[in-house]
Amino acid sequence: MAIGSSALDAASPLKGERAVMDTTWKWFVGGVVLAALSLVPALPGEAQDVPDTIQIESLSHLYGGVHFDHAMHIDIAGGCAVCHHRGPGALAENEKCGQCHPNAEQEQVKACQACHPADPFSAATLRERDSQGSRHHRDILGLKGAYHQGCTGCHATMGGPTGCQDCHRRTEAGDAFYHAGKYAPKAEAAETERHSQ
Amino acid sequence: MKGISRRRFLAASLAGGAATTMTLTKNALGAGTFEGYPEGMGVLVDLTRCVGCRTCEAACNKEQKLPAPAEPFDDMSVYDRSTEEGQQRRTDENHYTVVDRYEPTGAKHPLYRKVQCNHCNEPACLTSCFVHAYTKTKEGAVVYNPNVCVGCRNCMVACPFRIPAYSYSSAFDPVIKKCIFCYDTRLKYGKPPACVEACPQQVLTFGHRKELIKIGNERIKAHPDKYVDHIYGENEVGGTSWMYLSSVPFEQMGFDTTLGKEPIISHVKDFLATVPVVLAVWPALFTGFHLLSKKKEHQDQDHSPTTQEDVEP
Repeated sequence: MAIGSSALDAASPLKGERAVMDTTWKWFVGGVVLAALSLVPALPGEAQDVPDTIQIESLSHLYGGVHFDHAMHIDIAGGCAVCHHRGPGALAENEKCGQCHPNAEQEQVKACQACHPADPFSAATLRERDSQGSRHHRDILGLKGAYHQGCTGCHATMGGPTGCQDCHRRTEAGDAFYHAGKYAPKAEAAETERHSQ
Repeated sequence: MKGISRRRFLAASLAGGAATTMTLTKNALGAGTFEGYPEGMGVLVDLTRCVGCRTCEAACNKEQKLPAPAEPFDDMSVYDRSTEEGQQRRTDENHYTVVDRYEPTGAKHPLYRKVQCNHCNEPACLTSCFVHAYTKTKEGAVVYNPNVCVGCRNCMVACPFRIPAYSYSSAFDPVIKKCIFCYDTRLKYGKPPACVEACPQQVLTFGHRKELIKIGNERIKAHPDKYVDHIYGENEVGGTSWMYLSSVPFEQMGFDTTLGKEPIISHVKDFLATVPVVLAVWPALFTGFHLLSKKKEHQDQDHSPTTQEDVEP
């Protein structure tokens, strides 16, 4: 964020009508640009490879994977910390994090599954969770919950898609599970079952 | 002299009876403070997260091998039908869990509530069952043995949450049917129930009941504007293994908020405690009366001298 604002500040005088620029200005602008560039590697978030698309499919079973347009979401969200709520920019999103993670700004951006377990209720995870004392992280979401609450929560407020199959197609296993598609109850059988209720 | 003897007998019988009554009542009162097994598991249902997708219903159907549903589990018209009929869906022999839609006043969008057995710490169904079909396991589940169920349906009347259902469709072997916390297939192996695992929104948080109460209180504390300051089931009817958090008053979500904190057994235990006393003491008491009167008759008949042991010193 710091780079963006300093670059804008530096750019605005360049839009002036004068064709010939004052030498002092040249040096000043050059200095600012150099300083800004030198900052780039120092920001760990920027040093990471940022994928344009991500195939989210570690949990796919009833539904297929999600082809996630990462680049598009970066444009819309306007910052990594909106979704990656740990790492650079995170403290600005939630000042409470800093109480326990003073160095959070220096950390790399983490993928969801780095913190949100795929098996939130296994005996091992529960043992670890219960040993957390009264810490905030005792109530951490599982990976599936984090995906759905994070994505659809934002989609609902931003007007994004919120239907199940808007993001991931249901698999045949899913059709069988929901008794839908070709596994849907036959009309007559359904009527009988309904009356028997 | 015989009169004195009879008086002593009566006094001793009554004193003994009273002592037995007191001991039993004390034990019964002790049962009222049972707060669940220390390692008992539970589920915290956060109604603010539920989107009414009915995936939990589908998971339950599959796990418990229930008959195919009337409509696919992704069919949301069930909610409209409930609204038209003016009656929310209830658990029945083919549906151990159902999701109902509510539109509380002031809420921006509909809210959903999952219904299933709450697995009480002191289950009224268990108390009411005279063949001991029900068991509260140390893991927290309230399970039942259909092989001993005689179909009296006392548990259906006793349950404050109207959960146990009856297999009316079975002409020859009708039994009680209800959610068993996936005890047989999952809970006893330390796994969460199928609905919990299937829920995409993590509406359902599985864990030790004691921890869940802490988590629930932490959520309320962190978002006092979002939650009603109450965990439904923490204390209701003596506490339940399944508990709820809500953003609107619980009565607006169809919960009975008049149940109080006392387990259902507390309302009947004083009476029930006297039953064994009556059964144990009355036969002895009246046999005593009978023998005494017979003895008197016998002694009157043979005019033998009174036994000296009976005389007070």
